[in-house]
Amino acid sequence: MAQQSRPPSETADVIELLLRTGDNTLVLGHRVSEWCGHSPVLEEDIALANSALDLIGQTQLWLGLAGELEALMNGQARTADQLAYLRDAAQFRNVLLVERPNGDFGQTLMRQFLFDAWHLELLKTLENSTHPRIAEIAAKAIKEVYYHVERSADLVIRLGDGSDESHRRMQAALDDIWSYAGELFVADAYDERLAAAGIAPNPADLKPKWEQTVLRVLSEATLTVPAGTFVHKGGKRGIHTEHLGFILAQMQFLQRAYPGAVW
Amino acid sequence: MYAQMIKTDSDRVKDLSEMSPEDRAFQERIDRGEKIEPKEYMPEGYRKTLIRQIGQHAHSEIVGQLPEGNWITRAPTLERKAILLAKVQDEAGHGLYLYCAAETLGVSRDELIGLLHSGKMKYSSIFNYPTLTWADIGAVGWLVDGAAIMNQVPLQRTSFGPYSRAMVRICKEESFHQRQGYDIMIKMAQGTPEQKAMAQDALNRFWYPSLMMFGPSDKESVHSAQSMAWKIKINTNDELRQKFVDQTVPQAKYLGLTVPDEHLVWNEEKQGHDFSEPDWTEFFEVLAGNGPCNKERLAARVKAWDDGAWFHDGLTVYAKKAETRRARQPLAAE
Repeated sequence: MAQQSRPPSETADVIELLLRTGDNTLVLGHRVSEWCGHSPVLEEDIALANSALDLIGQTQLWLGLAGELEALMNGQARTADQLAYLRDAAQFRNVLLVERPNGDFGQTLMRQFLFDAWHLELLKTLENSTHPRIAEIAAKAIKEVYYHVERSADLVIRLGDGSDESHRRMQAALDDIWSYAGELFVADAYDERLAAAGIAPNPADLKPKWEQTVLRVLSEATLTVPAGTFVHKGGKRGIHTEHLGFILAQMQFLQRAYPGAVW
Repeated sequence: MYAQMIKTDSDRVKDLSEMSPEDRAFQERIDRGEKIEPKEYMPEGYRKTLIRQIGQHAHSEIVGQLPEGNWITRAPTLERKAILLAKVQDEAGHGLYLYCAAETLGVSRDELIGLLHSGKMKYSSIFNYPTLTWADIGAVGWLVDGAAIMNQVPLQRTSFGPYSRAMVRICKEESFHQRQGYDIMIKMAQGTPEQKAMAQDALNRFWYPSLMMFGPSDKESVHSAQSMAWKIKINTNDELRQKFVDQTVPQAKYLGLTVPDEHLVWNEEKQGHDFSEPDWTEFFEVLAGNGPCNKERLAARVKAWDDGAWFHDGLTVYAKKAETRRARQPLAAE
């Protein structure tokens, strides 16, 4: 077990990384799954369910590993389900972007595209992580995420460069969500230590490639990048928007109402 | 069964000797067990009946996403959430195959959806019942998919090629769904007293609506006889209902749950169960729009369509622009 030879402080950092990564996929997967049966067209019902399914599957792996590593810290492992269903909002480490409400299909799509373009760059680096278990999960997840970016970028282009109405909605969606994307690239002390150990990238280093993809797609979509540079942040430290509490109230209902029951 | 009370435009089933030479040749092909393919000759009544049946079946898959989708965000574990997502995704896929099969008969998906939204076409009555607890998700898989399979397995042999091929794919996935539903029921039935109570309550509420899925007795129905002659219906409603009850009763017993029918008894002579008929007044009320969720289900579908109008238009405009650009490209290269 490679991680057993690592110092405990590093394990704590790795757990933080895994919670951040797994909570992002969990909360976004939850949001996307809210569309089930309500999307504009049957093909999108299928694609959205498929994306949500991928994200929930990835969550099981990231949180599963986080819970397993907790045993090295305090002798007690938790399952991915315990982490997903029995933590309160302040213990969640996802960025604010993924908990934003779905809005119209354009808002959902823009959120997805900005996330997917980042997610792909993150996984490309994690694939080469010095932590073999993380590299393994990233290699598995990246196959799905290539498809996610392809789909969301393609739709952003087609709707941005579509009718006046679809252009207007996609621009509004971009203006609405843009200030939430920056948190993906804000590094804190955890990130810096993880990057120094070659376990994960420094988030700031993902920005140039992300920008390259995003600017190319937005330009093809005839959309204008918002001028503002303000960044909403807090999720990585557990300071969330009001929305996360409601997501968890729904998601955790059965586990909270019937403690210890097996489903 | 996702198709109920399909009309055929016939007032009686004609004898071969009464048919036109074309219709007779067609009926003989069916009698020989041949598949009819989209571009081949078919009587207008056959085509229209199939559109009604396949369309209703497709609509049922689409509307059927709603009662189950209702619990996706509240699924109790990540694995259950993933399984339910996969299931609802399969159902959207079934809808897609079926609309495609209907398109081969000369009706577009948009036309069929328009007919659903205006209330001119129906979907299965079962999806007008609410899913109130997590056990209902188990009961829907176990009973509703179980009842659907009863009808769809024989339909793999239906006479219309595209429908039969769609059914082969659908059946594989449906039997997986049914096993997943039953698996939820096992966990609930073996769980805490509250979980067991939820499981029994789900069976109580879904038992009769599941029996209604097969439709009223059609022994005397001319439409049913005509559909059977055309092999777009393989068994009578009563045959399928009997088979469903006989299959399901031992499964309920295994779960330790009680089927809510005091008259349910094994009949040695007919080698099947005697059981109570569902309340057909309720069935007709549900078909007439008075089920617990009719308004919400249809409103949700109409809203999805209306809210997505800009999405459809945007993609259409983009496609036209892209085509114009492609047409200009050789000129630009010169």
